[in-house]
Amino acid sequence: MTSLPPAVQVQNLVKCFGVTHAVDHISFSVPNGGCVALLGGNGAGKTTTLSILLGLLVPDEGTVEVLGEDMILHRWRVLNRINFSSPYVDLPHRLTVRENLTVYARLFGLADAKARIESLAQDFGVADHLDKPTGRLSSGQRTRVALAKALLNDPDLLLLDEPTASLDPDTADWVRTHLETWRAKSGAAMLIASHNMAEVERLADSALILKQGKIVEAGTPKSLIERHGRANLEEVFLHVMRSPELTS
Amino acid sequence: MKSTPAQRIGALVLRHYYLFRGSWPRILEMAYWPTVNMLVWGLVSQFLAESSNWVARSGGVFIGAVLLWDVLFRGNLGVALAFLEEMWSRNLGQLFVSPLRPIELVAAMLVMSLLRTTVGILPAALLAIPFFDFSIFKLGWPLLAFYANLLFFGGVMGLGVSSLVLRFGLGAESLAWVLIFALAPISCVYYPISVLPTWVQPLAWALPSTHVFEGLRAALMDGRFDIGHFLAALGLNVLYAAGATILFLSVFQVARKKGLLLNVGE
Repeated sequence: MTSLPPAVQVQNLVKCFGVTHAVDHISFSVPNGGCVALLGGNGAGKTTTLSILLGLLVPDEGTVEVLGEDMILHRWRVLNRINFSSPYVDLPHRLTVRENLTVYARLFGLADAKARIESLAQDFGVADHLDKPTGRLSSGQRTRVALAKALLNDPDLLLLDEPTASLDPDTADWVRTHLETWRAKSGAAMLIASHNMAEVERLADSALILKQGKIVEAGTPKSLIERHGRANLEEVFLHVMRSPELTS
Repeated sequence: MKSTPAQRIGALVLRHYYLFRGSWPRILEMAYWPTVNMLVWGLVSQFLAESSNWVARSGGVFIGAVLLWDVLFRGNLGVALAFLEEMWSRNLGQLFVSPLRPIELVAAMLVMSLLRTTVGILPAALLAIPFFDFSIFKLGWPLLAFYANLLFFGGVMGLGVSSLVLRFGLGAESLAWVLIFALAPISCVYYPISVLPTWVQPLAWALPSTHVFEGLRAALMDGRFDIGHFLAALGLNVLYAAGATILFLSVFQVARKKGLLLNVGE
């Protein structure tokens, strides 16, 4: 019996913008069905890493395999099996929610797009807003629409950049619950970049803390808390960020 | 679950159809300038025809030229605006994490250009019949040849502009409206190529548009379809289309190296 390759396998990844090392020789993997979180301050390299994994950015060095395919050379082979949501991209504001989701359903070649859209809209609590222009929704509603779009193709790998960034605590909790349920049901892998430590503790099996483009800490949320003798992941994060010796 | 290239191109065309369906000012705007241009040049032609034997003999050459110039202009704008819409709405990152390929985006933009141009020009062409007793449709099949060549060349220009906008950002967006006008003097839209200084003429002949407008004058004034001009325009279009596609795909690779696909929008 041959074992499946990990959902994500990154080896020695480097990306520079001018003289700045946005990502500096990082290696990690996301197991099938697992959830890994990328933590780090602003400019730590989280979004750059996600962009490379999505094939939107080409690394200077290193290898990236997503669902067993080389993402630099053969991204087209897996793009129908992955999806993402990020506050750095948007959906056209003048199109209604239904129109936006229909366009993406067709791009992914969904057989029963209408039913899928209705079902996701129901799940994410935007069914009443399906025929409203996306630009007229609140930022929280837009985030939920973006998540619905990210799940349209029922991806094997979901990449999320700050998935609950603009949500109130109640909606954020609701979204996390939904993501947990979806992952348990689908068996998909997730990679999350987040500033929200409570979110990471709840959703992620393991976390990588990035600092100046390097992975400075890695482990399960529990093991990180124990290793640093702190009460929670937020305290671990602050400790790591403020320790000058922890740079590589 | 896997989409075909035709499905993905269709999805993008649908995206723009949704955009227009929800905004009648956009549809009106497409037809507005071609119609105003046609009216102005129709009246100028009527005035000049009284004092110029050449204009009187040329029967609608100005109106025909202005309509076809708008095909070139709208063809360029159709592609460039389809691309700019994705940048304005910060949608490029989303699109390229779907199975959409860059060449399919190019194909969708060309289809949009065809639709936008046809919707924009048709009212002006129809109104010219009752207003000035000039029907460009009387040209018959040659009209299709002129239309296709200009639309295609406009699309190629739009693709070039889109490449520059992708590379240099939205600061370059005004090129969508202005760059094409640099070609107007040497495309000889309203006058024969012999009017140009001798040293400029080789440059003019290198443009498909010049061949189309020379061909239009031959058709309207001498009643003949010049196959030579048609083939020259076609050949040049193929050449420029290949160049513009290579440019766009190269810039797309540069965008992937520099992270430009995410850092777009206003």
